Amino acid sequence: MSDAAAHALDHHEPVTSTGIPNKKVLMWAFLGSDCMFFGTLISTHLIYRKISATVGGNFLDIRDVFDIELTSFSTFILLASSLFMALAVSAIHKGNLNSTRWMLFGTIIFGAIFLACQVYEFTHFVYAPGNELTLSSYRGEPHVFGSTFYVLTGTHGTHVAIGVFWLIGWLVYSFTGKMSTADAMDVECCGLYWHFVDIVWIIIFPVVYLMEYAF
Amino acid sequence: MAIESLKYASPDTETKIEAKVFPRPSQYTTGLVDWLTTIDHKKIGLMYGMAALFFLLVGGIEALLIRSQLWSHNMEVLTNREYNQMFTMHGTTMVFLVIMPLSAAFFNYLMPLQIGARDVAFPRMNALSLWCFVSGGIILNLSWFFTGGSPAIGWFGYAPLTDTRFAEVLGDMGPDFWIFSLQMLGLASLLASFNFITTIINMRAPGMTMMRMPVFTWMTLIVSFLIILAFPAITIALVELMFDRTYGTNFYDFLEGGKPHLWQHLFWIFGHPEVYILILPAMGIVSEVIPVFSRKPLFGYGLVIFSGAIIGFMGFAVWSHHMFTTGMGVVATSAFSILTMLIAIPTGVKIFNWIGTMWGGRIRFDTPMLFALGFITMFMIGGFTGIMHSSVPIDAQHQDSYFVVAHFHYVLIGGALFGLFCGFYFWLPKMTGRMLNEKLGKFVFTLMFIGFNLTFFPMHYLGMIGQPRRTHSYNEGHGFETWNQIATIGSFILGIGIAIGVYQFVSAFFNKRLKPAGKNPWDARTLEWTLSSPVKEYNFARNPIIKARDQAWENNYGPKENHSQKEPLDDHGVHMPDRSWYPLLTAVGLFVMVIGMLFHASIDASGELVRNYTVAVAGGVVSTIGIIMWSLEGPAGYHLFPKEKEE
Repeated sequence: MSDAAAHALDHHEPVTSTGIPNKKVLMWAFLGSDCMFFGTLISTHLIYRKISATVGGNFLDIRDVFDIELTSFSTFILLASSLFMALAVSAIHKGNLNSTRWMLFGTIIFGAIFLACQVYEFTHFVYAPGNELTLSSYRGEPHVFGSTFYVLTGTHGTHVAIGVFWLIGWLVYSFTGKMSTADAMDVECCGLYWHFVDIVWIIIFPVVYLMEYAF
Repeated sequence: MAIESLKYASPDTETKIEAKVFPRPSQYTTGLVDWLTTIDHKKIGLMYGMAALFFLLVGGIEALLIRSQLWSHNMEVLTNREYNQMFTMHGTTMVFLVIMPLSAAFFNYLMPLQIGARDVAFPRMNALSLWCFVSGGIILNLSWFFTGGSPAIGWFGYAPLTDTRFAEVLGDMGPDFWIFSLQMLGLASLLASFNFITTIINMRAPGMTMMRMPVFTWMTLIVSFLIILAFPAITIALVELMFDRTYGTNFYDFLEGGKPHLWQHLFWIFGHPEVYILILPAMGIVSEVIPVFSRKPLFGYGLVIFSGAIIGFMGFAVWSHHMFTTGMGVVATSAFSILTMLIAIPTGVKIFNWIGTMWGGRIRFDTPMLFALGFITMFMIGGFTGIMHSSVPIDAQHQDSYFVVAHFHYVLIGGALFGLFCGFYFWLPKMTGRMLNEKLGKFVFTLMFIGFNLTFFPMHYLGMIGQPRRTHSYNEGHGFETWNQIATIGSFILGIGIAIGVYQFVSAFFNKRLKPAGKNPWDARTLEWTLSSPVKEYNFARNPIIKARDQAWENNYGPKENHSQKEPLDDHGVHMPDRSWYPLLTAVGLFVMVIGMLFHASIDASGELVRNYTVAVAGGVVSTIGIIMWSLEGPAGYHLFPKEKEE
């Protein structure tokens, strides 16, 4: 490594007051803020979930629409992707580029499967005969469930999609020959984001889906 | 330990670090390109401040139009709709485009200097925050030129005023501009706050412990936390509203199962912390100014900070006091009433601390001190009426009357704006290197103080005798005329005072005849006063090692062991990051995306709704390219070799 490069690295990871890298503090602050984003969306959904049920005299039994087996499967896939992510972070810390690549690839594929399931689910909910749960109505009657459901899960899906693009960025970068343990912290931040998006789904899945079967 | 690790392993005589992939504008950039690509927190702070002062004049003109309309009964200076647009734009402009960015200007310029840092943690992100703020301001004011003109929904945008079916003008775009500009401004605030939090937590100079930080920096930290926790609520509320207006969802649509009440909750969950986001920076400024001009350390430093934190924390638990008349039920109403009364305690603690600081001090009445005293007295009046509102029956009487207008203008002008003007008079010598004209400053204070009280004190009375707020005109025979005329005269005096003040601030940068300020013209206490005025681009020639609170004061008057030291020079000089185009490019992309979203829908010849996302997607692609280039351009930078005395 040339002196200039060593120097640049020095500046890349400056000494901090807490010893925690700046980017990690930033990421934690962002995740704290993101909690409030999802908190607002989930509250909106919970507030409307029952109140809206009698509009137009059309009681909504969302269990007729939900495909709980599919969602359980995609939930499992998303949770499993977190394992790949953790392994990718561990691999880059050890400087094992080949392993990092494969683990990133695994995370991307599992993330993509989750997104594909969500696309199928949304399409199925809107267009399958007997479902017809749209943004504004259920079986032709005005309804709020579709509004809160699609905007909440859609926002989560957007987070997953951003994560997938971020990971693809890392995968591409790993082939430029410039990736090294110096990037481990940046990959770790990406990992923090990915795990957070997973955790949010761990809340959404019971609150939005499973609860409909219990209460 | 920190000193050791700052030494580099091997000597390096190169002054230019190679860029990772793409070159960045060089250190010799000057003129317009320099300002567009700068990532220096001081220049960004100045641009924030200048843009906000411009919007202050815009919002002020809107206020004067409102006051002219209310001069007498049944006036027709403005039509009904124009009047509604004026108070909407006035409120939105003053909150989001004036007070918040003026605070951000001070955060940007001062906070790194106060903690002994050379810049914020993420300088390019700071620039992105600036450009998002500028785009947000432009988007809001572009609304004047399109269908329906600017929004006429109040700065709170209550549902169902925002429902497309109730629009006064068919296809009214005002609320859409309002939604998207607030999203942009929210993004700007969030980016800045993440940055400030990281900077304060992580980039303090050696020895600068949390409890040695200046109070202003503490308030920056608390306000940043408030912003990152409060803004998501309004962002999501606005997303839901955008879906309602654009894609026909039913979040706030009471005809189809939605609840307008939810909007009020989400808005005020953001809106009440926002009140503290507006006032805490001014409190931080005043906490710096009063000790300097009383020649005493701040009385109860720890308590001032702790009560600031308590105010911030409790600020999240009082939002429903804006909604006492909506019928939330006895339990909720009582709980919010009690919490609102309690929040007066930490506020009162601060006021007593300021008084305690002045007690027995050798007080100098320079312009900054006058504004600080104006702040305390006027903010107290606003605070007292605030405590009145915490009582539910009184609040029910005051709801939507001019009494409320009087209350929050005492908090936001007498409080926040006086505090920010105090900050300008105090720190502009540091920013420009020139002393402002004291006589003119005192004249501005006199005009503002008299004008402000003439305008807003009568409003208490007007509210009590029943003049409703947000109402275009009033009939003869209510006895409103006299007090309204006094208020209108006062508002013009206040407007002239503010205009002269703004002129004085801007001219300080250009007027070479003003006295040079020197390092520490006020004999002030905090670290930024150890640097030359204006501050050099590298801030500190050598990193300071902090030994005490009020370090500048200790260096001059304290015992030897409290004097700050400097980290040893190394032969590398000061590493400076290069400028970058990509924050601007990313913000321009976002701006285009917003414009694309605003105009994506149209009705074709057969009356069908057509959605065309080409422009929005193009904007998204541009900002994505901006972000990718940003992450690839790498650290880069150059080295400066300042002499000690050039600090």
